Amino acid sequence: MRVKIEPRLDVPRWMPFASIFGALVVALLLGAILLAYGGLDPVTAYWQMLRVGFLEPYSFSDTMVKATPLILAGLGVAVAFKMRLWNIGAEGQLFLGAWATAGVALFWLPPTTPKPIMLAVMTLAGFVAGAVWGAIPGVLKAKLGVNEIISSLMLTYVAIQYNNYFVYGPWAAGGFGLTAPFPKTAWFPRLTDYGNAIPALRGLTAHMGIVYGIIAAVVLYVIFKYSKWGYELKVIGDNPNAARYAGMNLSRNIILTMVISGGLAGLAGMSELAGAVHRLQENFSPGYGFTAIIVAWLGRLNPLGIIIVGYLFGGLLVAGDVIQPAGIPLMIQGIILFCVISADTFTRYRIRIVRAAPVTATAAEV
Amino acid sequence: MELASLVFIVNIIGAGLRTGTPLLFATLGEIITERSGVLNLGVEGMMLAGALAGFAVSYGTGNPWFGVMAGMLAGGTLSLLNGLVAITLRGDQVVSGLALTFVGRGLTSVLGVAYVQIREVPRLPTVRLPFMYDVPLIGPNILWPLFGEQNIVLYLGFLLVPAVWFWVERTRPGLHLRAVGEKPAAADAVGINVAAQRYLYVFVGGAFAGLAGASLSLAITPLWIDDMTAGQGWIAVGLVIFAGWNPWRAVLGAYIFGALRRLPLDLQAVGWLPFASNPILGVWLEMIPYLFTIVALIFSSREAIRKRLGAPAALGIPYIRGERGA
Repeated sequence: MRVKIEPRLDVPRWMPFASIFGALVVALLLGAILLAYGGLDPVTAYWQMLRVGFLEPYSFSDTMVKATPLILAGLGVAVAFKMRLWNIGAEGQLFLGAWATAGVALFWLPPTTPKPIMLAVMTLAGFVAGAVWGAIPGVLKAKLGVNEIISSLMLTYVAIQYNNYFVYGPWAAGGFGLTAPFPKTAWFPRLTDYGNAIPALRGLTAHMGIVYGIIAAVVLYVIFKYSKWGYELKVIGDNPNAARYAGMNLSRNIILTMVISGGLAGLAGMSELAGAVHRLQENFSPGYGFTAIIVAWLGRLNPLGIIIVGYLFGGLLVAGDVIQPAGIPLMIQGIILFCVISADTFTRYRIRIVRAAPVTATAAEV
Repeated sequence: MELASLVFIVNIIGAGLRTGTPLLFATLGEIITERSGVLNLGVEGMMLAGALAGFAVSYGTGNPWFGVMAGMLAGGTLSLLNGLVAITLRGDQVVSGLALTFVGRGLTSVLGVAYVQIREVPRLPTVRLPFMYDVPLIGPNILWPLFGEQNIVLYLGFLLVPAVWFWVERTRPGLHLRAVGEKPAAADAVGINVAAQRYLYVFVGGAFAGLAGASLSLAITPLWIDDMTAGQGWIAVGLVIFAGWNPWRAVLGAYIFGALRRLPLDLQAVGWLPFASNPILGVWLEMIPYLFTIVALIFSSREAIRKRLGAPAALGIPYIRGERGA
């Protein structure tokens, strides 16, 4: 008797969803074992995470705040991953986007600038800065064949130091790694701003960034599904040689993809500052750009899937703020990702236990 | 001035040897794994696992060598997760390496809470070679500061480089290792168990990464801090490309990087460079190692294209018997 792995010729439509669900269950069980090993009660830890992240009155809004950068950066990562371009530097692109946003809000435009203009310029600046930071590994990859995994990640460390320079140096206010707060004209509208008209919204901090996320997701969905560029992305990702023979311009596509990917991550940084932090500071991101990688992969690189997964992971981050030790959500994220790629195997391959039947017997049947 | 600048340069090289050693172990391990055809991007996670396991076991048993063994075992065990996905399940190796990094970081941050406050841990011993001082001319100012009184992991590094090179390039098992990384189908045809070989070298690479972590937490910076590797695992992955999958060239990359990592601290001691001790401008110096990695990659990528040097042919491709392209 032996185990035989053979490719599936047709994949049932329910299979990818079932495999994700199965993977989540297995991941939570594995996480529970590790938590118990670390001396924590897994039931309490999970219940606390579920309650804080999803069930309390403020959960929906709080989770939405954390989900916003995850969704935007996750969409950015997905664009690159779609063509198997491994941009894992979304965190750095997010930092650069945030830096430019702060520059506009605090220094480059007067605080009296009307809100729509202020926010529009901040959006543009955030996108462009992230795009530039994403374009660097793109150009290096397209023109010089430099591995984008390493270069995009190294640039993340550079971006974080760059940000530190400004928050401790020329832009510091008080010397604790913070800039001054943004003027009110540079704040995204939040639900709580309408609390006077609709009392139910009072105290809810969910902000307009989520609208950006949803718009970006819809636009990408349409691009992936209907446009020529979306089609090229997929072909280049599946088979770069075939794409080259078909006359697709690989290096232009690599750079363009990295620009958009970085721009979306930059937008995530912009929205986090305009919507939640309202200033630039050291470590303002708890690793949104890295979690975005998992969000993108779990969402099957599908923009609408990324919104759902982004929301779930937002809840995980909200829970992470109150749960101790703080590494638990990160650990669970990693385990989930592992289980999902393992489960992918069962989608693509059929695993059969074959009895070692003698070859002659088969011949006799024929 | 003459002597002062000599001392300064020797100090930088010495710092490079020290700081570069964990990186050297990690790079050697990743070279071994990649030569067998498996990409393991989880070096960062495995290093952290090795660092914490080494620290915890050394603290618990009082013997740093048990710590080293535990670190290697932790790194190796964690690497098998990537092996499972890459070899048996034929999943995406890039994503699985990322997952390994997340698991390693998260796991060590959860399990390491108890160890963050501990400052006194049994460390790996320092080796004293007094005869270095007595070498005429270059002894007192060059050999002694470089090699006279260094941690034992440095010498382990000096030994492991030729050992890895010899194993990979000059032995029969090494031939099998290269065969499964270059032409797994041919290796399979002559009776080499491709999967078993790959699992073995994934484990060995993981153990090296664990050793890298343990040497960090038991010798170079003897303490445990959350996320203490600060991207070194990723730099090791980059240095493998820089080294062209060759253990000898890994030495160069690792020690240069080590020196650059320490450079901000070393420059602060230089009187005529006042800006270096300015903490605000110091962040620019902190970027140097990461920028160096990118520049090194640019040069090595160009060279790889020109000389047709490059990655093992089957790197990152799962082997499936009887499938085209395998």
